[in-house]
Amino acid sequence: MSDTSQPRLALTDLSKTYDGSTPVLDGISLTVGAGEFFSIVGPSGAGKTTLLRCLTGLMRPTDGQVTLDGIPLSEPSPKMSLVFQEYTRSLMPWASIGKNVALPLRARGVPRAERTSRVAKVLAEVGLSGVEAKYPWQLSGGMQQRVAIARALVTEPEVLVMDEPFASVDAQTRMDLEDLTRRLQQDHRMTIVLVTHDIDEAVYLSDQIAVLSKNPARLVEVVDVPLGAERDQIHTREMSTFADLRGRILRTIRDVQTQPV
Amino acid sequence: MSLRSRVALGLVVPVAIVVSYALWSANAASPYFPPLDVILTRFRELWLFDLVSSDVLPSLKNLGLGLLLAVIAGIPCGAILGRIRWMGEMFGPLLDFWRSVPPIMLIPPLVLILGIEDSAKVTIIAVGSFFPVCVATADGMRQADPTLVDAARAMRLGPLKTMVDIYLRAGSPAILGGIQIGLQAAFVLMVASEMLAAYRGIGYLTMQAQVTFDSVTMWAGTLLLALLGFTANAVFVAIRNRVLSWHTGMRVSRASS
Repeated sequence: MSDTSQPRLALTDLSKTYDGSTPVLDGISLTVGAGEFFSIVGPSGAGKTTLLRCLTGLMRPTDGQVTLDGIPLSEPSPKMSLVFQEYTRSLMPWASIGKNVALPLRARGVPRAERTSRVAKVLAEVGLSGVEAKYPWQLSGGMQQRVAIARALVTEPEVLVMDEPFASVDAQTRMDLEDLTRRLQQDHRMTIVLVTHDIDEAVYLSDQIAVLSKNPARLVEVVDVPLGAERDQIHTREMSTFADLRGRILRTIRDVQTQPV
Repeated sequence: MSLRSRVALGLVVPVAIVVSYALWSANAASPYFPPLDVILTRFRELWLFDLVSSDVLPSLKNLGLGLLLAVIAGIPCGAILGRIRWMGEMFGPLLDFWRSVPPIMLIPPLVLILGIEDSAKVTIIAVGSFFPVCVATADGMRQADPTLVDAARAMRLGPLKTMVDIYLRAGSPAILGGIQIGLQAAFVLMVASEMLAAYRGIGYLTMQAQVTFDSVTMWAGTLLLALLGFTANAVFVAIRNRVLSWHTGMRVSRASS
């Protein structure tokens, strides 16, 4: 297995400039340890999505590199799965839930019988047993995002990357999905990279938080979140450490936003 | 509105036209507009089912085969033109040119080159209905959501599976629309090629009746063509609605949420 001292995911001096415009990402370096819940926050328009596309291998950075378990990443890795914000757009409306969740397994040539049993197992894990025959548009938004999470988990990834995954659901569903994600991370000992604009969510879920500036996005600071392994929507959010961290990060973001460009 | 009342409302105008024609033509004594019962009698004599195996089924076989070839060739060609940018740019003007030209223009040159056998008819139908299928498939390639395409890339779905499972499925409403236009073009070409160059077929017999002033046979043939065209389209729409039930369901669920 991988050396514990070696980070699971490392970004080295990552920069991205689209043709002929100002840079979007400028020299971002950070490391994510195995099994860590790592969030990336920043003001809106900070290029979080560009960063995410680069670190998943969907986009080539202009400079710098991403390594996964020490190996440079130039295309999406089978060890990594993605959950997008827009479940209505990332799921296939023409395919049943069963087929949607099985798609990554089909991509790997897993035989049908094994696909069926793995899909049933992962749907049960996200609390959606028996919905295989339904279509995505027959489910609520929160349930569709659970399907998207199940699809990401079905390949048993080492790293789960989530792009604003709870931004399109209501507050109660959001809390349920946050706790589900945290529980899945503990159960599977996964590394999770969460991109979000919601500071509360980042503090509640993460072990570490990277704060970005904008125009271009630079790494401002990486904040440790010493809230322990067990988190609770009420108690954790009442802790003074939670309030302190939340205030500190919000202040940092406000400061970088009011800086003259 | 319930299906029943929609069907009933939809029948009002056709029934009114048929009834008015029957009442008017019964005593009109016009050489161009024979009485409806005379047309129906001739229809029964000719088409139920004396000439079906000699003049109807071969025509329909040409239609089916030609359209099938058009679909088999049109979908991959459209997929290539829609996905490979320089191919799209290179062949785009040709497709635009084709769009503005009536498909029956194909008949004289192809008859000259290929003759009037069934294989020539199949070719005419295939070429004429290829273009709508190809154009619609190329357009359909743009219907795949970029987020879903990213998701497919992230799960390392291969190019062929991405084409079949993502692009062609996302484009299926457009592609089926193109096949429907192709079906209509195929029907026009089937009839017109028989009218212009054939020794059998519904179009041929109907045209022969017209040039020999046999208006009853002409109307009987026209009626058969109308019924066949209508039925072919209705069958197609039923199949399409089944294949695209997800699309309808999705739109209904989005509209209500």
